[in-house]
Formats: sequence, C-alpha cells, structure tokens
Amino acid sequence: MSESRTAAIERELRAGAPAAPEAEAAEAAARLARRADDEGLVEVAYTTFDAPIGTMLVATTERGLLRVGLPTETWDGVLTRISAAVSPLVLELPRRTDAARRELEQYFEGKRREFDLPLDWRLAQGEFTRRLLRDLDRVPYGEVITYSEAARRAGSPRAHRAAGNALGSNPIPVVVPCHRVIRAGNVLGNYGGGPELKRYLLEHEGWYD
Amino acid sequence: MAKPLPPFQSFLDEHRTPVLSFLRSMVGPDDADDCFQETFIAAMRSYHRLDGQHPRAWVMTIARNKAIDHHRARARRPEPRERLPEQPTHDRTAADRNPGLWTAVGELPPKQRAAVALRFVADLSYADLARALECSEEAARRSVHEGLKRLRADERAIAREAA
Repeated sequence: MSESRTAAIERELRAGAPAAPEAEAAEAAARLARRADDEGLVEVAYTTFDAPIGTMLVATTERGLLRVGLPTETWDGVLTRISAAVSPLVLELPRRTDAARRELEQYFEGKRREFDLPLDWRLAQGEFTRRLLRDLDRVPYGEVITYSEAARRAGSPRAHRAAGNALGSNPIPVVVPCHRVIRAGNVLGNYGGGPELKRYLLEHEGWYD
Repeated sequence: MAKPLPPFQSFLDEHRTPVLSFLRSMVGPDDADDCFQETFIAAMRSYHRLDGQHPRAWVMTIARNKAIDHHRARARRPEPRERLPEQPTHDRTAADRNPGLWTAVGELPPKQRAAVALRFVADLSYADLARALECSEEAARRSVHEGLKRLRADERAIAREAA
C-alpha cells in the first residue's frame, strides 16, 4: 500500500514537474548572453544570418572579425574549433556582430566593394598563410590573381600548392577575398565553400572568365 | 590530455532547460530567472575549471548554491517572514495537475527538496545527484527517500489520487 503510494508520488513528480518550457529557457539564455557581455565575460560573439548564398555565420572578438562561416560548413564544427583555438567563452550575441553582418549584407547587395573591419587573424595558422591572406587586400574587387602570383607575393614563388592549401584554410572568406585567386588559364580552381560559390562571388563582382 | 571544452553556448543550450526547471521548483517561477542568470554567470567565470566529465552535476551544484543564497537573502529581509523554504513554484501545468504535491515539495527541508527536485525535475542519475549535492551516493539516495517519505505522509501530496 505505502509502496504503491510512493510510486504514485514519484509518477506525479515526474509528470507534473514544473518544467521550464523550452522557449522560456531560450529567452533566459539570450538574456544571460547580454548580461555576460555587459560583464565583459564573452570572448567570442557570433551570430548566423541569411545571405543570398545561404545561411552564414560571423564570429567576432575584441580584436575584430575572427571567422566567417560559409553555408557548406557545420556551425558545430566551426564553434568547436574556435573554442579550442581561441577561447571556450563563445556565445551567440547578435549585437556584437552587427558591423560585420551589415558590411557583408551591403557586399551582397552590391553596395560595398571593400570591407572596413578590423580582423582577428588568430585562426589563420602559420606565417606563410597569414602573409598570403593579408596580402589579398591588394587584389581589388572584380579582379583575380593566380595561385602562383599569390605565392610569389607571399615570398615563396614556387609554393603554389602550399598557396592553395593556405587559401583553402582562410578563416575569414569573402571578407578576405581568397575567391579572387584562381588557376592559370582562367580556371577557377577549388574553393572552401564549393566551386559554384566561387563562380557566384566572382560573377557578382563583375568578373567573367 | 584533457578534452577541450565545448563552446559555452553548447553548454548553455544543453543545460538551460533542466537548470531553469530545477530552479523553479526550488525558488518559484518569479525568482527562478534571477537565479538562472547568477548560475550561468558563475558557470562562465569558472568554466575553465570544468574538466568536461560531469557538466550536468557541476552546473546543478552551482544552481543549488544560488537557490540557497536566494533563500538566505530572502530570510534576511525584514518583511513578514514565512517559513524559510519559500513557497515553491506554481507552474501552471504542474499546479493544474497537482498543486498540493508541489506545495508539499516546497515545504521539504532544503536538502530533501533539492534532492527530490534534482532527481525528478532535472532527472539526474544518483551518481550525478551525489556530485550535485556534494555528498555520497548513499546520502543522496537517503535524501530522496526521506523526501518521498515525507511527501507520502503529506495528505496534500495525494489529493489528486483521493479525488
């Protein structure tokens, strides 16, 4: 008798538990992110947003834009890598990413040809990669260079294969325009976000092979 | 080598609902959000110390401490004092189902209340429950058992059955 009463109480406790509905927990979590930001605890802020090419992600730190995620990537993978390489104190916080998101939106609307954002290069691994990627701000909107030329500019003229790898690892695509590096003979070559996206971006910038 | 910590957002997403549910059963819906904020701010400050082994128990330990702080702060206030354990949540669905039961839960001694809420609201295993209560597994089982025994003796807890 008393055992069945205990069982009944356990059942009632589970069934009638004052569970917080998921939506309220999500709101509480969003408030938490803003408060953590006010207290200076957020090392990496990110948001996802819809662009003409699909859903993108931008992540920023106090130093600047750290990461642009392309639609072909998985956000879990992107954020896990950021957590390991920069800081685990990563929170979704749209207000900290407004500037980067706005400039990307303007770019896709054809209203912006150059980005005016401080960049955080911590996810670009290695001297050669950083040098090569930094140098791309000298390749203007709508123009292209070859992998060999990119390698030459980075100081290693014969390293065109390494240049391909370095470009493929670009943590800040679109803003750092690795899509403007193509193979000799106007062959587009590979792209982290897929070759169709590379063609889309170059055509968007008015370049025709 | 220690496993790298997941991004804090993943940690927050994974634990936010059970933590809020637990806090509602400990301090009621009006104050649960404050305790929720305090819990995750504290978790963020010491996140580097979480070795990734028992994150649920770890965050529930913090939440339980925040609930205790909350009760102490309430108890210090000059307003007419009720019994130290505050009235529990009256979450609409739970209240509809069995209001007397949750009132009775709210009047359990703090440790038993935390044990019952962690076990049945947050659905912790006894191993995690022991970690969250910072006691032995045997003591954790005993707290749940004692809590249930009191509830069983409480007429309100079985009002629905009687009805």
